[in-house]
Amino acid sequence: MWSLLDTRDPLLKTYLVGFALAVLLTLIPFALVARGALPLVPTLVVIAILGVTQATVHLHYFLHLDLSAQHRENLLTLAFTAVVIIIMIGGTIWTLFNLHYRMMI
Amino acid sequence: MTDVTLGRISDAALERAAAEHARDEHELGFWIYLMSDAIIFALLFATYAVMVDRTAGGPPAHGLFDLAHTFMETLLLLCSSMTFGLASLSVRARNKDAVLFWLAVTFVLGAGFVGLEIAEFQGMVAAGAGPQRSGLLSSFFTLVATHGLHVSMGLAWIVVLGLQVLVRGLSAPVASRLYRLGLFWHFLDIVWIGIFSVVYLPGIY
Repeated sequence: MWSLLDTRDPLLKTYLVGFALAVLLTLIPFALVARGALPLVPTLVVIAILGVTQATVHLHYFLHLDLSAQHRENLLTLAFTAVVIIIMIGGTIWTLFNLHYRMMI
Repeated sequence: MTDVTLGRISDAALERAAAEHARDEHELGFWIYLMSDAIIFALLFATYAVMVDRTAGGPPAHGLFDLAHTFMETLLLLCSSMTFGLASLSVRARNKDAVLFWLAVTFVLGAGFVGLEIAEFQGMVAAGAGPQRSGLLSSFFTLVATHGLHVSMGLAWIVVLGLQVLVRGLSAPVASRLYRLGLFWHFLDIVWIGIFSVVYLPGIY
């Protein structure tokens, strides 16, 4: 088994920390839903916050994205994508729910 | 340190620098592909959000999904992300056998995920909750199956690169391809976080 892992590689710790955080950030929302501990809206808010946090954890620990100059282009592309996504999702939801509201009258 | 001998840069150092440069260029190109993929998924999420109450008299989102089943899928994909990370570490350590071992483990976990998803889809279709039933179900199947299709493509890619490692060893091009497959695989796990946060957990609650 040990020949399958280079335990001296500092990146191993990075992956393990990321994995532990990801498991934790998965367990909390699933437990919240299983127990029904909070009312609906707070549950959804917590799920959303933990989801974004876990996505960030994955980007940092698994995709090795950070604020260093080496990854500047990747980070810029990601930021641009985020803007496009916000416009598209926000625009779609805004337009369609507004249309729905107007069709109800 | 030993790369510079008597003021001349050794051939090995030049080759390594060229390989790193090529990898960085390929990485950015592949990253831009992933970002375009992220936009596709974002739009499918937006469609689902619009359609979530459009049940057309069919089954509502509440009662369609099973928490334990979703949790199993989530764990399988998360563990497969971790084992792919261990494969990447083995590439760094130039340990060919370890790379093949961790790729195989990743494949088994990923195949388990796809198997669970297919079982879920079959159960839903058999219960009369297929993609034709309502706007909700059309958007559900489109979003989740697009992700499942990506994972299946990733599985095929793992097999192809596993064979390349077997035949060609950990050459610079093969290592560079494994790096991009890693980006793809970890990216799919991030999309799955969105799916269980937007589709499954709110639907089950």
